[in-house]
Amino acid sequence: MARVTFSSTQQQFTVDAECEVDASNYRELIDAITSRYPALDRAELLQMAVAIDGEIIHEPLLELVEQDSEIHFFHFIAGG
Amino acid sequence: MSEAREFKYIGQSTIRPDGFDKVTGRANYGADLSLPGMIWGKILRSPHAHAMIKRLDTSRAEAFPGVLAVATHSDFPSVTDQAIESGEGSLTLLDLARNVLAKDKVLYHGHAVVAIAAKTSAIAEQALALIDIEYEVLKPVMDVREAMAAGAPILHPDMFTQGLAEKPTTASNVATRLEYKMGDIEAGFKDAEVVVEREFYTPTAHQGYIEPHACTVRYEKDGQSMIWCSTQGHFDVRASTAKLLGLDLGKLKVIASEIGGGFGGKTTVYLEPVALILSRKSGRPVKMIMDRDEVFKATGPGSATRSWVKIGARKDGTITAMQGRLAYEAGAFKGSPVMMGCMTAFTPYAVSNMYIEGFDVVVNKAKVAAYRAPGAPQAEFAVEMLVNELAVKLGRDPIDLRLQNAAKEGTQTIYGPKFKRVGLVECLEAARDSKHYQQALAANQGRGVAAGFWFNVGGQSSVHINMNPDGTGTIVEGSPDIGGSRASMQMMAAEAMGIEPGRLKPIIGDTENVAFSAGTGGSRTTFATGMAVIEAAEDVVAQMKQRAASMWNVTAEQVEWVDGVALNTAGEDRLSLAEICAGADRTGGQISGRGNINARGAGPSFAVHLCDVEVDKETGKVDVVRYTAVQDAGKAIHPKYVEGQYQGGAVQGIGWALNEEYIYGADGLLENAGFLDYRIPVASDLPMIDAIIVEVPNKFHPYGVRGVGESGIIPPLAAVGYAVENAIGVPVTDLPLSPPRVFNLIQGKG
Repeated sequence: MARVTFSSTQQQFTVDAECEVDASNYRELIDAITSRYPALDRAELLQMAVAIDGEIIHEPLLELVEQDSEIHFFHFIAGG
Repeated sequence: MSEAREFKYIGQSTIRPDGFDKVTGRANYGADLSLPGMIWGKILRSPHAHAMIKRLDTSRAEAFPGVLAVATHSDFPSVTDQAIESGEGSLTLLDLARNVLAKDKVLYHGHAVVAIAAKTSAIAEQALALIDIEYEVLKPVMDVREAMAAGAPILHPDMFTQGLAEKPTTASNVATRLEYKMGDIEAGFKDAEVVVEREFYTPTAHQGYIEPHACTVRYEKDGQSMIWCSTQGHFDVRASTAKLLGLDLGKLKVIASEIGGGFGGKTTVYLEPVALILSRKSGRPVKMIMDRDEVFKATGPGSATRSWVKIGARKDGTITAMQGRLAYEAGAFKGSPVMMGCMTAFTPYAVSNMYIEGFDVVVNKAKVAAYRAPGAPQAEFAVEMLVNELAVKLGRDPIDLRLQNAAKEGTQTIYGPKFKRVGLVECLEAARDSKHYQQALAANQGRGVAAGFWFNVGGQSSVHINMNPDGTGTIVEGSPDIGGSRASMQMMAAEAMGIEPGRLKPIIGDTENVAFSAGTGGSRTTFATGMAVIEAAEDVVAQMKQRAASMWNVTAEQVEWVDGVALNTAGEDRLSLAEICAGADRTGGQISGRGNINARGAGPSFAVHLCDVEVDKETGKVDVVRYTAVQDAGKAIHPKYVEGQYQGGAVQGIGWALNEEYIYGADGLLENAGFLDYRIPVASDLPMIDAIIVEVPNKFHPYGVRGVGESGIIPPLAAVGYAVENAIGVPVTDLPLSPPRVFNLIQGKG
């Protein structure tokens, strides 16, 4: 099961700080967590960047998720 | 690439391919394009910091001889409240439209209200004076403390704070409240034996690019439009302008001119959509150029901030807790980089208990824009000042204390992921072992040490390499070259192809002749566009091998590519790249390689700076007498340019620490909108900045690149700030450390 850690802002909608999800790719992962936590904004999640096992990915829609992956969400980082 | 490897071209400091054009004045910048029939656009700007527009009448200006078009906010088609990318602290489309031309209300001194295009610049200036406009002046809000106070004048009656547990019912100047936490902050402070805390202030500071914003545009009757402008991201200019004006992307071509500096400040639009409206209305090409006064008043500087930070540690030096509260000015519209401040503030440290909250606050100043590592210098200034204080209280060497608590591979960050391999420890060790750190201080001198962290980013980059029949080629990339990236692209392609870099000419494609590429920013270009270049070069090599194989009637797998030559492993045949290109017409046509990627795996970069200052205690004047910048590049493709990035970041940070600040009157009007009164450091102000390149390869880049453009501006604020504190023996809290402020600190009036 992949382990998803929610940001402090997301925890306003999930209460849980983290959860475990059975998913093989990012889209399935989003389906699973928005099903479990309906208050999470699916559209916003799909626009967020994500770190999968420490690797930051800006457009993760098609990314594969391993059974022991660690997932963290955060907003898009651009820079100057 | 996880370990160091040998390179043939990477790591050399070659002559930059754009150098001749720049030193001879042949390079064309934003203001250098003129078109037949071109007219000039000028903007009427608000004389007030905060006011309602009660009446606006442009009829006298429109009737003035030589005036060909007038534009106001009402010329924008209806725009929706959608986010657009414009570097850090992005705007919504609604806010962007209201920023480039005010609607109903002006929100800062210099806010654009009306644009006029006329046959000459002088006529346009004269016509601006004929615009009849009546304001109801409102009380301005110029600081986060004022803006967050109960009863403060509200800039946007429809703005309610986001990020609160309960949805607020009253409007606020606080756009967003956010927090990050890890561990148990209360337990962390209970475990501490020494605690330090302080409040800090950093001022509004401009990027200080030398070239003002400028563009020339042409709107054709068939809807095909062109923008020539100075920008860090011409695809972003196209996207923003097309959305504002309701245009198809395919009908708007944007050409990035040479750019005379940006540092994040040229990641959004100001003039371009306005000029295109004027061109559409007049039927003529339009040129617009900001003067320096307009650049200071109306383009986005870096946020002013107020921060409170508290750190606890055990007597053995173990930091047990870090806590912070950051309030960042967004300027007139929401979207400061406070989130980046929260994410970076504590990240150089491996500490179990952290908590930080941030506030994005609107004030009556120009909307902030990205400025090199947006949000990080201000937050890390506060933290690094306190880590130095903590070292003194613990009786520890400041580098030794940092080494004890340094983030490294496996360290959990407050924003989520654990670090892969990073180079902070190597940077600290290099700083500790430097000649600088061994030197003794003289009377009235002080020393500061500070670390800095920036994520670095990837994103979309597109490149194609077109080979010529003589074996030369053109690298067409979509990333504007700000810091010498063309040379780096040339070297990476040459390395991948095994040919001399000089045989490949790198150019920046416009939005029609290269595929989408994100802007140059976030220290992404050498990393991400470099990966696209390598991919395109490898595509060329693969085609070369295929062509050779077809000539020899063998398979491509039987062909080896060594130093730009195809070798037939099934025989003695060999064909050079030039020979294959010369015969390409007989083997399937000319050869072109492509690399279109969305790069992932950006490697974070840490920096550590050392600063020695000497303070004239009679005047408060501070001189930097020694400065060393250490930073992890992953791999320095072009070491001289990497050193230049370190030195440039250090100098900008030194300016921020010592002199740079926007000065406003009580009426909210900017009083120092020019380089005479807004003082950036010049060469004669500074010693040589020693640069030490640390190379801990990023395993996700083929050559190990991390990106070097941003981390270097983060440590100087605290390195300088603490050096001054060390020299005068008085706590420093506010920047800049200009002579009056330092003098007052010495006199006990700070």
